[in-house]
Amino acid sequence: MAEMRYREALNQALREELEADENVFIMGEDIGVFQGAFKVTDGLLEDFGEKRVRDTPISENTIVGAGVGAAMAGLRPIVEIMTINFSLLALDQIINAAASVRYMFGGQVGVPMVIRMPQGGGHQLGPTHSHCFEAIYLHIPGLLVAVPTTAADAKGLLKAAVRDENPVIFIEHEGLYGKKGDVPENGDASPMRFGEAAIRREGDDVTIVGISRQALTAAEAAETLADEHEIEAEVIDPRTLRPLDLDTIVESVKKTNRAVIVEEGWPHGGVGANLAALIQEQAFDHLDAPVGRVTGADTPMPYSKPLEQAAMPHPEHVVKTVLSTFRDL
Amino acid sequence: MAEAKAEEQQQQGEADGSDGASAPAEEDRSPEERLPVDPGEHHELPDREHCEEILRKMLLIRRFEERAGEMYTKAQIGGFLHLAIGEEAAIVGATLAMRESDYLISTYREHGQALARGTDPKRVMAELFGRQDGVSKGHGGSMHLFDIEKRFMGGYGIVGGNLPLAVGLGLAADYQETDDAVVCMLGDGAINQGNFGESLNLAALWRLPVVFLVINNQFGMGTAIERASAITDLSKRGDGFGVPGARCNGMDVLDVKDELENALRKAREDRQPQIVEAVTYRFRGHSMADPEEYRSKEEVEEWQRRDPITTFGDRVKHEEVVSQDDIDGFDEDAKSTVEEAVEFATNSPFPELDALYDDLYSYSGEEPGWYVVDERAPETHKGEELKTSSSDAMRELAEAGAAYAKVGDAEERRKRPDPEEGEEQSSGPRDEEGGAH
Ligand SMILES: Cc1ncc(C[n+]2csc(CCOP(=O)(O)OP(=O)(O)O)c2C)c(N)n1
Ligand SMILES: [Mg+2]
Repeated sequence: MAEMRYREALNQALREELEADENVFIMGEDIGVFQGAFKVTDGLLEDFGEKRVRDTPISENTIVGAGVGAAMAGLRPIVEIMTINFSLLALDQIINAAASVRYMFGGQVGVPMVIRMPQGGGHQLGPTHSHCFEAIYLHIPGLLVAVPTTAADAKGLLKAAVRDENPVIFIEHEGLYGKKGDVPENGDASPMRFGEAAIRREGDDVTIVGISRQALTAAEAAETLADEHEIEAEVIDPRTLRPLDLDTIVESVKKTNRAVIVEEGWPHGGVGANLAALIQEQAFDHLDAPVGRVTGADTPMPYSKPLEQAAMPHPEHVVKTVLSTFRDL
Repeated sequence: MAEAKAEEQQQQGEADGSDGASAPAEEDRSPEERLPVDPGEHHELPDREHCEEILRKMLLIRRFEERAGEMYTKAQIGGFLHLAIGEEAAIVGATLAMRESDYLISTYREHGQALARGTDPKRVMAELFGRQDGVSKGHGGSMHLFDIEKRFMGGYGIVGGNLPLAVGLGLAADYQETDDAVVCMLGDGAINQGNFGESLNLAALWRLPVVFLVINNQFGMGTAIERASAITDLSKRGDGFGVPGARCNGMDVLDVKDELENALRKAREDRQPQIVEAVTYRFRGHSMADPEEYRSKEEVEEWQRRDPITTFGDRVKHEEVVSQDDIDGFDEDAKSTVEEAVEFATNSPFPELDALYDDLYSYSGEEPGWYVVDERAPETHKGEELKTSSSDAMRELAEAGAAYAKVGDAEERRKRPDPEEGEEQSSGPRDEEGGAH
C-alpha cells in the first residue's frame, strides 16, 4: 500500500496499462505537452511518446468517434474529455456509435474503449463546467459507467475499464483529484471488478447510497447521525452504475428498512430517481419509509460562491433527509 | 458516343466558368445544366474479365435494389429503404480500386457497398427482412449492414456519423503499421456536418490513410446541393483542412476507379488523406417514402440517359469486348442471385425473442452485476436473464409485445406469408407514421 492522491492513482493506472498492452493509447485535448487539464496524464508523453499519448484538436465528437473506429479495428483507446460538459458535444458518437455498434452489427465487433471525464461543482466554474451527468450515461444501454470515489477505486476501476471489452464512461470528480488514499502498489494491484459496490460503513438503521463524490458526503453525514442522533447508517458506494450492484443495495435495505440516495446531479430523471424505483420494486415490503433523495438543485450551476454551495448537497442535507425517514408516518 | 462526350465536355466548360456565386439562378438552368456530370478522363477499357466483373457487380446491385424496393412495397421490409439505383458506378468503381485489407465505411445507402465488397446477398436481404440470418442478425436493418470479414465497417444512420469512425480506422491502420487504407463514403448532404471539418482536419494532422469519397447525388433528401452548400464543387471542400481533392464522373465506373486508385495511392504512400467527389444521381427517391416533388421528371430523365450500367454496357459492346448476349447472361445471373436472396430471406426465421438482449454487452467471466435492468415487468429483472431464467410473466410479455409485429405467435412467425402472394401494401400510412427520411 502507498498513500497517494486520486489523480496520482489514475496516472498510475494509465501508466501500468500503457506498459501492459501496446494496443492501449491515450488521446485528448491537452493531455500531452500540457499534461492534462487536471494533470492526470502527468509525465506520460515523456515516457510513452507521441504515438501512445496523443494531443488532439478541440473536436470532442471526432476524438470520441476516432476512438470508436480505432477500437473496432483492434486498438484499446482511452479518450480524455476535459470536462463532462464537453462530452455533450460527443454524445452522438457516444450513443449512436460507441454504445450501439456491437448491438446494431449483431456482435461482429466490439468497442473496447474508455472515455474518461471529470465532473462536479465547487470550483465556481459556473453553468458550463460544473455539472454531474452520470444519470445521462447511466441511461444508455451498451455503456458501462464507473464513478470511483477513492484513490484505490480510481486505480482499480480504471485498470478494469481499460481491460473491459465494452465502452466505459469513466467519470472522475474534480473535487476528488487532490484527495489522498491508500492504493495497492504496482504488481499487487489487480484490476477491480465492475458491478461490486463497497460498503463504506456498516449500520442497521438506514442505508445511504452515495454516488461519486457524494459517497463522501454520505459518510460524513453518517458520523453526525451516529454522534448526534444515535442512528447507525450503512453507507454504500456503488462504484459502478452499469453494471449496478443492486443486490448489495437491496440486501442492505432489507436489513435497515430505510434508504436515502445522495447525488450531485439534478433530481429529475436522476440516479436516485432510478434507484428509488428499483428499491421499491425489489424491497417494498421491507421499507418503513419512502425512499429519500438528496440531489443537486434543479438549476444550472450558479457561479457566485454562496449560490453554488447552496446548489450542492452537503452532509446537513443528508442528515435532514435521513431524519425525515424516521418521522412517524 | 464521341459526340455525346464532346457535348458533355462543352457543358462542363460552361460549368467551370460559372461556378460558385456567379452561377445562374436554379430556374434559369436546364436540367442538363444542373451540375452537369464531369466527363472525367477517357480510360481504356480493361480486359474482358474485368469488364465482366464490373458489369456483373453493377447489375447485381441494380437488380438487388429493384427487388428490395418491391419487397418493401410488399411490406417484407420495414423502416426506411434507401436505394442506390443510378449510383452503381460510384460504388463499384470505388470498391474495385480497394485492396481486400482496406476498410470501407459507408452511409445508410449501403446495400450496394456490402454487395460490391463481396458480402453474401442472401444475408444482406435477410437483414432487410429483419431475419435471424441477416448480417446484423436483425439488430441493424437496411441502414446498418456490416461485414467484418470483408472489412465493410458498416452503414450508419446518422448523417456524417461515420466520418470520425473512418479517422479511427485510419488511425488503427497507421498505429498497427500496416499499409491498409480507408475509404469513407459520404453524401453531398453530409459534407455540411461539423464532423466533416473535424474529421478531415484530424486525418490530415495525423497523416492518416483515409480517402473521403463524396457521393454527390446532388440532393440531401429533397434539398438540392446548391440550396445547402455555398461551394458546390465539393472536391474543394477539403482545401482549408489540408485534404486535397479531385472530382470524377460518378457515372463512369472507370473514371471513379481511376480517381480512387490515385487517391488511395496518395493516402497510402504519402500518408496524405484525400477527398474525391463522384458526381452522380439517384434515379429513385431519397427513400421509398419520397414523392419526389423537389425535382422535375425531365431532370431525372436527363440523368437516366447517363445510366452508368447502360453507358458502360454500350461501350463494351461498341468496342467488342463483351456482347449483348453476354450482358444478358450476366443480367440473368444477377436476377437469379437476387431471387435466391429473397427466397433465403423469406425462409430465414425472425430472431428468437431472447435475442433482444444479445450482443449488447460483452460479458467477461462470471457476471457480477446488473448490466441491463429491465424494469418493464412486474418483476424487475436483469435484461440478460430473459434467456436463462426469465419468469413466465416476462416471456408472456415479450410474446405479447412481439405480437404487434403482426406476424403471429412464435409458431406462426416461423412460417411467414409468401411475399409473392403478399398483398401490395400502399406505403402511405406506414410512411406517414414513420416520417420520411
Ligand atoms: C444527423 C442526421 N440528420 C438528419 C438525418 C435525416 N436524413 C437522412 S438522409 C438525409 C440526407 C442526406 O443526404 P446525403 O448526405 O447527400 O446522402 P444521400 O441520402 O443523398 O445518399 C437526411 C437529412 C439523419 N439521418 N441524421
Ligand atoms: Mg446526396
